[in-house]
Amino acid sequence: MSDHTPTGWKRWAYSTNHKDIGSMYIMYAVVMALIGGTMSMMIRLELAEPGLQFLEDLHFYNVLVTGHGLIMIFFVVMPGLIGGFGNWFVPLMIGAPDMAFPRLNNISFWLLIAATVMLILSVFIGGGAGTGWTMYPPLSNSLFHDSASVDYAILALHLAGASSILGAINFITTIVNMRAPGMTFHKMPLFVWSVLVTAFLLVTALPVLAGALTMLLTDRNFGTSFFAPEGGGDPILWQHLFWFFGHPEVYIMILPAFGIISHIISTFSRKPVFGYLGMAYAMVSIGAVGYIVWAHHMYTVGLGVDTRAYFLLATMLIAVPTGIKIFSWIATMWGGSITFETPMLFAIGFIFLFTVGGVTGVVLANAGMDIMMHDTYYVVAHFHYVLSLGAVFSMFAGFYYWIGKMSGRQYPEALGKLHFWVTFIGVNILFFPQHFLGLAGMPRRIPDYPDVYAGWNMVSSIGAAIAGFGTLIFLFVIYRTFTAGEKAAANPWGEGAKTLEWTVSSPPPFHSFSEPPQFDAKPEAAE
Amino acid sequence: MLSKFNWFIFSLVALVGGLPFQAHAQMAHPWQFGFQGAFSPSAEKLHEFHSLLTVIIISITLFVLGLLIYVVLKFNRKANPVPSKTTHHTLLEVVWTAVPVLILVVITIPSLRVLYFLDRVEDADMTVKIVGHQWYWSYEYPDNDDMTFDSYIVDKEDLEEGQPRLLTVDNALVVPAGKNIRLLMASGDVIHSWAVPSLGVKLDAVPGRLNETWVKVNEPGTYYGQCSELCGVNHGFMPITIKALSEDDYAAWLLEAMEEFANNDNDNKPLKIASLQGKASVWEGSNE
Repeated sequence: MSDHTPTGWKRWAYSTNHKDIGSMYIMYAVVMALIGGTMSMMIRLELAEPGLQFLEDLHFYNVLVTGHGLIMIFFVVMPGLIGGFGNWFVPLMIGAPDMAFPRLNNISFWLLIAATVMLILSVFIGGGAGTGWTMYPPLSNSLFHDSASVDYAILALHLAGASSILGAINFITTIVNMRAPGMTFHKMPLFVWSVLVTAFLLVTALPVLAGALTMLLTDRNFGTSFFAPEGGGDPILWQHLFWFFGHPEVYIMILPAFGIISHIISTFSRKPVFGYLGMAYAMVSIGAVGYIVWAHHMYTVGLGVDTRAYFLLATMLIAVPTGIKIFSWIATMWGGSITFETPMLFAIGFIFLFTVGGVTGVVLANAGMDIMMHDTYYVVAHFHYVLSLGAVFSMFAGFYYWIGKMSGRQYPEALGKLHFWVTFIGVNILFFPQHFLGLAGMPRRIPDYPDVYAGWNMVSSIGAAIAGFGTLIFLFVIYRTFTAGEKAAANPWGEGAKTLEWTVSSPPPFHSFSEPPQFDAKPEAAE
Repeated sequence: MLSKFNWFIFSLVALVGGLPFQAHAQMAHPWQFGFQGAFSPSAEKLHEFHSLLTVIIISITLFVLGLLIYVVLKFNRKANPVPSKTTHHTLLEVVWTAVPVLILVVITIPSLRVLYFLDRVEDADMTVKIVGHQWYWSYEYPDNDDMTFDSYIVDKEDLEEGQPRLLTVDNALVVPAGKNIRLLMASGDVIHSWAVPSLGVKLDAVPGRLNETWVKVNEPGTYYGQCSELCGVNHGFMPITIKALSEDDYAAWLLEAMEEFANNDNDNKPLKIASLQGKASVWEGSNE
């Protein structure tokens, strides 16, 4: 090819092209989602009825719970939203020819593969890590997990963390330095804003996790006792460090989702985003407040009552910028001329389900109230509403929105809509009854439960089966898109799609912009 | 739209279920929507507060749902072919920032009250020390000559008529009803969490720490709970049963129990040195 495009396996393995790397991230996230999803199906299968039916080895149940959590967070949502859509569309939206550090981009991806190998090894060595994704010591200490499985899991997170930090540095540099002439920060598309805030969270929060992981590693292998009370350490220190990373991590997963949803709502309402600056700074403030609320994950560990009162107040604050986002999306639709293609269905579904997950978050923020909810299925329902139904819905929305741009072929509309409705109904039947289970007191992470919880657990498992069927429809959509999809126009969505990626062909040329694109200086065009 | 209708029904039912209407239940019952019954002042306060929260969150959710349905019906392409160009409305933006703040204030004030009420009791009538182990609880009565005993799950095969599976233990924690009881939590190995939903108690048992909370059981009865922090293979199989007796019955039980458990020796409990021994053996092992 004329662009000196590498061909064959070298094009992918040695890739420095943001679009190819983005495609690899997305394919990777889909594959890992199937693995993580299979684990959750095994969990729901076991929990469908009281008693132990399928999993005789209870440690393996804990390994499934741990693996499902780690995979979905670090190996599906983060690579999908940030590595996949971020790589593909941040350079296109700001009119940059590529990422600032193309080779760094390559190593970010391949470090993630190395991390995956480590994680898979951890499952097969010594029976796997049954610690939960939070890896609380002393359970994760060598005394209680004496095989190398936890060490492998730690190394997997180290590598995934390094991959994310490098990627985040790349994004920050690209966004700060490579915007098209005329595109000031206040004219930047909201998805770019969301990735910028996310990247800042990544470079600041992940090193804290890396430090904690290293301390755990030396506790396990070299006789230190950072988290071991018999040596003067404190298991609660781990929880502080972990959640100081872990809470920003939650926003790392949801902020890019906010960005994607904003574009889709605007495109299909044929209106610019309502309150653009408010939307951008709502994300900035969510990111900032995210650093000072970590101990709301620790209300029952024995913190002083005044400390809990502070974290209660700080956590409540988050509802305000989140509310601004919800209302601004609705205001964007207000007065619009809305059509309901698949991405829009997922986006509207996102707004409602995220609201449901948001209000249960307000309940959980109350340190006193949390005594009833902590470590019950209420929490499981809450975080699946914001992540499984929030972040994952935004990934589906982004996939349908951009697949024509990325592949050059449009997805089949009817099948896409079918996928939405099956998934929407399935996940609600799956997760809504878990609120009831939690209120009734059913603890998380147990392979068997008292018989009184049987009814809603069965309903939940039926929902899981429906959602699993939805996933099969999605795979069929991918298959049909690539074998029989119609050729996508440069802009298949019409007047509402105003960002720069719709000005290049579908798929874009190997080198997107050989000269800086003309950027319309009107602020509306940035939205 | 069918699923959205279902949502509405679900939410209504959840609202009703959130209210403490089942005063005599001591454990959950099938197809339950809300909390178990409230049998302690803490649980009563939590139920009351949760009723407020439920009304607020369902109102917010229905409000957002209503707005979404309205824009979908009113501003679709057929109904409104020409989109407006409005992108700002300062008053509106101020309102949807300020009103949530007010709602949060309404929530926060009772929330803080409940939080401080639940924390400690100033004049405890007695103290019980609860120690978590893999995978059982042990209970110590420091006021009664340090009497101590272990509490293990009862296997399915050994259950008697009417005893719930996975919740029944061999030796329940026995306390007098109507007394303020200070609960101290500790752990002999990993982190556990001692939780009894109908009494509004949940506190982690952490090695190297002594956590404190309290309970007052309103009336005699049997109350159930489960370990609520992942603690290893049998995390799901270390239940909590707490029996509250009238004062006379409790006195009688105490006499019997002090005899029955007289030979249980606190000092030989693995609690204090278990992890150290483990570390030592690991260390020796690596020296070999």
